[in-house]
Amino acid sequence: MIKAIPAFPLLAFAAIGRLVVGLLAMVGRVTKFALTTIVRAVTPPYYPARLFAQIMEIGWFSLPVVGLTAIFTGSALAQQIYTGGSRFNASSTVPAIVVFGMVRELGPVLVGLMVAGRVASAMAAELGTMRVTEQLDALATLRTDSYRYLIAPRLVAAVLALPVMVLIANSIGIMGGYLLSIYKLGFNPASYLATTRQFLEWDDIRMAVVKAAVFGFIIALMGCYNGLHTRGGAAGVGKATTDAVVSSFVLILFSDLVITIVAFG
Amino acid sequence: MATGMTPKIKLTDVVKRFGEKCVLDGVNLSVEPGESVAIIGGSGTGKSVTLKCILALLIPDSGSIEIDGQEIVGARSSEIARIRAKFGMLFQGGALFDSMPVWRNVTFGLTQGRMREPARMRHIAEENLERVGLGRDILNLRPNELSGGMQKRVALARAIAPRPEIIFFDEPTTGLDPIRADMINDLITSLVKDLGVTALTITHDMSSARKIADRVAMLYNGRIIWHGPRDRLYDSGNPYVDQFVQGRADGPIR
Repeated sequence: MIKAIPAFPLLAFAAIGRLVVGLLAMVGRVTKFALTTIVRAVTPPYYPARLFAQIMEIGWFSLPVVGLTAIFTGSALAQQIYTGGSRFNASSTVPAIVVFGMVRELGPVLVGLMVAGRVASAMAAELGTMRVTEQLDALATLRTDSYRYLIAPRLVAAVLALPVMVLIANSIGIMGGYLLSIYKLGFNPASYLATTRQFLEWDDIRMAVVKAAVFGFIIALMGCYNGLHTRGGAAGVGKATTDAVVSSFVLILFSDLVITIVAFG
Repeated sequence: MATGMTPKIKLTDVVKRFGEKCVLDGVNLSVEPGESVAIIGGSGTGKSVTLKCILALLIPDSGSIEIDGQEIVGARSSEIARIRAKFGMLFQGGALFDSMPVWRNVTFGLTQGRMREPARMRHIAEENLERVGLGRDILNLRPNELSGGMQKRVALARAIAPRPEIIFFDEPTTGLDPIRADMINDLITSLVKDLGVTALTITHDMSSARKIADRVAMLYNGRIIWHGPRDRLYDSGNPYVDQFVQGRADGPIR
């Protein structure tokens, strides 16, 4: 005689199963969305004017917030390293660690997170509103492919703009550390700059650029995917916006870890 | 209607489900060239879904939809794009692109969103706006600077600008006061007549259906349960149609 399996473990397994299947289905849908966008982005018709507009929107208009974040972070980093390093006579490592910290980690991640907060949410809100007001259906009836017209320019613009922004943020962050170290902590400007140059390596800059391009891809992908798949009215747009930002944040931090382990592990 | 001509639009046993819910349960409808047909029915009866299936925005689970004898269910996307060139569509809320001015909205079907020949496009926009009773003074305005009635007219100008063979009207008078609604009805009637297009309207506004359409079909429970000339609408002999057109709460429709 078969012994009856208790209901609770079965229900728990069923719940875990549903979660896993749901997650895999979501990964599949996002992957298909990304591949479709990439294929449409490299085949005509192209929309160069929209690409330029998106580069301005994602890159140029994000510069103030990115610049402020970078200068504050670079300065705070210098202060922290100085305070911590003083305990074991290592306060002279400030320029080296500011360079490492900004270029390898803080520059790309902070730019990614700031731009995700500003841009992924805007993309999801704009596309979500277009979805619920039937503007996306209108595009289709006017024989315009929404992937080519709306998604591809955003994706390409984000992949191109983020690396430039990270390079700018790194420069501003290092300058923030320099200014604080010179004017508050009393470092010698010439030796600070010499140490900075000594520890600034091309490999680190290359990795920052790669990270930035990946983060740009993630931001545009999550913003557009969630926006395009908005359901319902205003509440649906709000949910899409939140999902876009949260998923961008999680994926940026996860991919940062993966890239860092692959590069240095 | 058996005229011997290939119908402009022909739906045969179209079924569309959303999960467990069967919205279209075998819709059959034929629209002849140059004819204006209105589909009436209550909210949630599948009128918009029918329209979206014809526009290939939704894919039916089964059945056939032909445009000029050409099957669109299962057609390649390039083929669908070619067929869509025959369509113009007036959306319920207008669905104007709020990121661009009126003249670019009106000519979007000709430019596919590109900034080409702006002077000629502005001229075309002006001509089409004039057809719907609007002046050149709104060319540079954004849709959110227009009233609801004006937005509907601009959307109508956008629908007719590429000179489509078939125009779909999704609840053209919803959200308008009775006078504005009647003006839109007159406008649609004259445009359909002047341009010689085939028109398919979905509405639950009886005065609109009677004014716009040559023939009316009623959708209920996912099926066309009655169709006939507009003059028979109030004399259909069908208890469902009678209840609907008279707007009675008591009757077979619950």
